[in-house]
Amino acid sequence: MPKPQTAQQKQYQQRVNEKMPRSNTFSQCIRAFVSGGIICCIGQAVRDLGEGPLGLSQDDTAAFTAMVMVFLGATLTGLGIYDKIGTWAGAGSIVPITGFANSIVSPAMEFKREGFVMGVGAKLFSIAGPVLVYGVSASILVGLIAYLMR
Amino acid sequence: MKSKCAGKQTLVFSAPPQVISSAAIVGEMEGQGPLGSYFDEVLTDDTWGEDSWEKAERKMFEQTVRRALEKVSLQTGELDCLLGGDLLNQIISANFAARELKTPFLGLYGACSTMAEGLLLGSMLIDGGYASRVACAATSHFSTAERQYRLPLEMGGQTPPTAQRPVAGAGCSILAESGYTGQMLYRNVFVAAATIGRVIDLGITDASNMGAAMAPAAADTLSTHLSDTGRSIRDYDLVVTGDLGGFGSEMFLELCKDNGVDAERRHLDCGNLIFSGSQKVDSGGSGCGCSASVLNAYLLERIEQGDLRRIFFMATGALMSPTSGMQSESIPGIAHGVVLERK
Repeated sequence: MPKPQTAQQKQYQQRVNEKMPRSNTFSQCIRAFVSGGIICCIGQAVRDLGEGPLGLSQDDTAAFTAMVMVFLGATLTGLGIYDKIGTWAGAGSIVPITGFANSIVSPAMEFKREGFVMGVGAKLFSIAGPVLVYGVSASILVGLIAYLMR
Repeated sequence: MKSKCAGKQTLVFSAPPQVISSAAIVGEMEGQGPLGSYFDEVLTDDTWGEDSWEKAERKMFEQTVRRALEKVSLQTGELDCLLGGDLLNQIISANFAARELKTPFLGLYGACSTMAEGLLLGSMLIDGGYASRVACAATSHFSTAERQYRLPLEMGGQTPPTAQRPVAGAGCSILAESGYTGQMLYRNVFVAAATIGRVIDLGITDASNMGAAMAPAAADTLSTHLSDTGRSIRDYDLVVTGDLGGFGSEMFLELCKDNGVDAERRHLDCGNLIFSGSQKVDSGGSGCGCSASVLNAYLLERIEQGDLRRIFFMATGALMSPTSGMQSESIPGIAHGVVLERK
């Protein structure tokens, strides 16, 4: 149980909350919308390429698109560009699958010095891990509900 | 018997130790800031030729101590004690640098308050007659601090406007007993008194708002120091805080005002001094290298030149760890102060 706060603590926190400079949520939303939209447009173009000129099946197109986008995200992370995009784009570059690639490649690069087992191996999913755990858990739950409601 | 104390927390040195030399080494971005020309060395490579950032950080610590000693033609063997620390787990930068320096060593952890803590303890050793030459040093590195406390560097994301950038920098002061006759870089800078800070926690939990978490400790140390010594803020040319940054400084000045101390015109913060507004660092610099490099490159020189007669140098530390943060604990703050005087 956390300790109850004193009047002085409450008053100070209130003061900090009132005075602290805040992020400009509106402009951040616009940037996220634009940058996320651009990444999705690139994804759509890759998809069209798979379906059209390459003549892939529907399933293969989905896999092809994911592979290309993850490759792009990982490459840009390795080149030190994706973090700069992220500073401007915020959620716009975190939410798409390229952001997922960024969250796996960045710890892999950083923890290489700790070795391939306890460094790269152990830290690879330190950021993406929770997304996988709860993503997979949610899909199992939804699957069960869908099964029972059939 | 407490014969060298004033009030509750203040120590008054009977033979004030002298700061005879100093050195500071910083990273590239710090070198591009407004104080760039004052530093002894500005690194262009964030690993400084080593194979990890951690090794670069310890090299900065070691080389800063060596540089400060060289300036006054002292050898490491002539030091009675080295006091220092950094931000990494188990203070590996200071410990591993001390392994190379081979001097008697006391490792300190006071988060970003380490520089003031070192000066305070070093002066006590000297005034107490336990040492005649002491080196006090602190270091931090942007890349090691980010990976320990936050996210990998290549991970793209945004920071709130209250966030601060850990400084890549190291600073070292060499203290000697009063009446030192050897070679000196500074002849007029003395540590006259010091105030040991209390750990104060007003419940801030946001690690991106460390300035606000540390401001109450800084305001407390300043008021205590003034009441312990019976002085007023007008007796000081400057009150210099370590790394409160833009917003933390604002809260600090407000809290001082609540305590009846108007510090507005006499306050500077090392976190605000080290970067310029155009460097896009949100609320300024942080890390123990921030106050250490600004003090040792810039402030001591200004006292020596006579621009400043007496300053209260108060390095501020946020005493959380990644674990306490994840367990939703609030951030305790501390601030130790030392009075640096020109005589």
